[in-house]
Amino acid sequence: MSYQLENTQRGEKYNTIFSKVSPAKRRNRTARAHWRSRILLGLYLALMILPIYWLINMSLQTNSEILGSMTLWPQNLTFDNYIGIFTNSSWYMGYVNSMLYVSMNMLITICVALPAAYAFSRYTFIGDKHLFFWLLTNLMAPPAVFLLPYFQLYYSVGLFDTHIAVALAHCLFNIPLAIWILEGFMSSVPKEIDETAYIDGYSFPRFFIKIFIPMIRSGIGVTLFFLFMFSWVELLLARTLTATDAQPIGMIMTRTSTASGIDWGTLAAAGVLTIIPGILVVYFVRNHIAKGFALGRT
Amino acid sequence: MNNKVPNNRAWLLVLPMLVLVAFSAIIPLMTVVNYSVQDVLGPNARFFTGTEWFQSMLNDDALQAAFLRQISFSLIILAIQIPLGIGIALIMPKRGWQASAVLILITLPLLIPWNVVGSIWQIFTRGDIGLMGWGLRELGINYNITRNAGDAWATIILMDVWHWTPLVAMLCYSGLRSIPEAYYQAARIDRASKWAIFRYIQLPKLTNVLVIAVLLRFMHSFMIYAEPFVLTGGGPGSATTFLSQSLTTMAVGQQDLGPSAAFSLIYFLVILLVSWVFYTTIMNMQKDKPPHGGA
Repeated sequence: MSYQLENTQRGEKYNTIFSKVSPAKRRNRTARAHWRSRILLGLYLALMILPIYWLINMSLQTNSEILGSMTLWPQNLTFDNYIGIFTNSSWYMGYVNSMLYVSMNMLITICVALPAAYAFSRYTFIGDKHLFFWLLTNLMAPPAVFLLPYFQLYYSVGLFDTHIAVALAHCLFNIPLAIWILEGFMSSVPKEIDETAYIDGYSFPRFFIKIFIPMIRSGIGVTLFFLFMFSWVELLLARTLTATDAQPIGMIMTRTSTASGIDWGTLAAAGVLTIIPGILVVYFVRNHIAKGFALGRT
Repeated sequence: MNNKVPNNRAWLLVLPMLVLVAFSAIIPLMTVVNYSVQDVLGPNARFFTGTEWFQSMLNDDALQAAFLRQISFSLIILAIQIPLGIGIALIMPKRGWQASAVLILITLPLLIPWNVVGSIWQIFTRGDIGLMGWGLRELGINYNITRNAGDAWATIILMDVWHWTPLVAMLCYSGLRSIPEAYYQAARIDRASKWAIFRYIQLPKLTNVLVIAVLLRFMHSFMIYAEPFVLTGGGPGSATTFLSQSLTTMAVGQQDLGPSAAFSLIYFLVILLVSWVFYTTIMNMQKDKPPHGGA
C-alpha cells in the first residue's frame, strides 16, 4: 500500500502498478521480445520442415547413394526417380485416380451441403438440432468401423473399384464438415439481405445462386480447401474400396517394397509429389484460410 | 442466432444431403449392428447371439490394453499440442507477406496424406538412412523404434505433434485475429503486462476455437490408424497398437464379423459419448454469452 502511495505522489500511478520499467527500457524490451518470438518461430518452422526436407533430399538421390553414405544434400543430383514415376502409367495413374475421386467428392459435397447449411443457418424446423448433432456424429465415426460394411455395400451395388465409390464414402465425414463450416459463414451474413431480395421479387433459387453464393465466396473457397484436405489425406477407406482401376496413389506407394528391398528413392519422390497439390491448394486460399480454420466462427 | 424463422419446408433443403449421408452412414451402421448380435458361420448359417460378443469384447485383455494405450495417447498429445499450438499462434506474424508465407508453411503437414506422413517419419527415424535416427545414434543414444517400445512411443507422439499442432495453431491464430486492435490499445494505455493481455484479452477470445481444437484433436487422435501403422506396424509387440488397428486386424485380417462389429459399436459409442459432453459444453457456453458475442 505504501509502495503504491509513494509512486502516486510521483504521478506515475498507472506506470508502476503493472511495471517498474521506464518507457524507454520498455520499448527496448518490446523490440527484444519481438526478435525473440521471431527466432522461436523460425526454430519451430525449421524443425517442422526438416523431415520434409529429408524426403526431398532422398528423392533426388540414387538408391546407392541413399544406402551408401549419410549425405545431408544430394551429391549427384538425379531426377531419375521422378522421371520413373512420370513415365510409368501404373504410377501416375495413382495420382489421376486420387485427383478424380477427390474432385468428385468436392463437387458432390458442396452441391448438397450448400442448401443444407442454408437451412440450418436460417430456419428452425422439426428435429433440426437432433439432425445437426447426428451429422456431427458422422464426423466422429472411425473409418475403421465402416470398413467392412462399406466393402460389402459397394460390392453389392456394383460400385466396387470405381472413383465414385470412394467419393461417396468420403462424403461420410466431408458433408458434415462442409455443413459445419458453411453454416458458420452463412450465419455471419445479415438476414436482412435475404428479406430484401425476396421483397424485390427474387425467387429462392435465383436469390441463392445470384446473390447469396457470391456473398459467401470466400467461405465456399475455404470449405473446398477442407474438403480437399480430408479427402486427399484419407487412405483407409480409399484403399478398401478399390482394387486396380481406381487405386489411390497412397496405395501404389506400398509397391516400392519388393523382394530386393525397398526402392527408397521412388518412395521419396512419390511422397514429395503427394505434397505438391496441397501446397497449390493452400496457396489459393491463403488469405481466407485463417477465418476458415475457425470454421467461419470468428 | 435467435432470429431464425420456423419453417418446416426447410427439410426440403436438407433432404439431398440426408439421402446421401444416410446411404454412407445409416446403411453401413445397420450392417454393423446386424453383425454384432449374430454369429455368421456361412451364407445360410447364422445364429442370434444377443449381447455375447459385446461381453467378450469388453472383457478382452488385448482390447482393454489397446483402449488404455489409446486414451493415454490422446491425453498426451492433447497436453502437448494445445499449449504448443497456442504458443505458436501467439508468435505468428499478423500481416504482410511473412504472414502468408508462415501460414502456408505451417499448414503444410496437414495436407500430406496420412500414410505418407508415416513414410516420412519412417525414413526420417531409420538408423541407416534417416537424419534423426542416424543423428541420435551418432550421439550415442540407442535409438531403435522397432525394438524399444519407449522409442516407438516417443516417435509416434513426436510425429503426431509434428502432424497436427498446425491445426491447433491455425485455429488459435484465427481466434486471435478476431480481436479488435482497440483492445490491445486499451491494454497498452493500462500498461498491462504480456501475461495480463494473454489472460484477460486473448485467452477468453480463444475459448471457442480451443473447444473446437480439443474436440477435433481428440476425435482424430482416437481414430489414428495410418501413421502408426506405417511407422511401427503397431510394434514392437503390441506396444503401439491402437484401437483402429486392432479393429482392422480383427475385421479384415481375421474376418471375425461378430466380435469386430460389437467392438466397432463400443468404439464408436465411446467417441460419441466424449464428443457429446464437449458438444453440450459448447452449447452451454454459447447460451451464457451475450448474443453479439458470436458463435
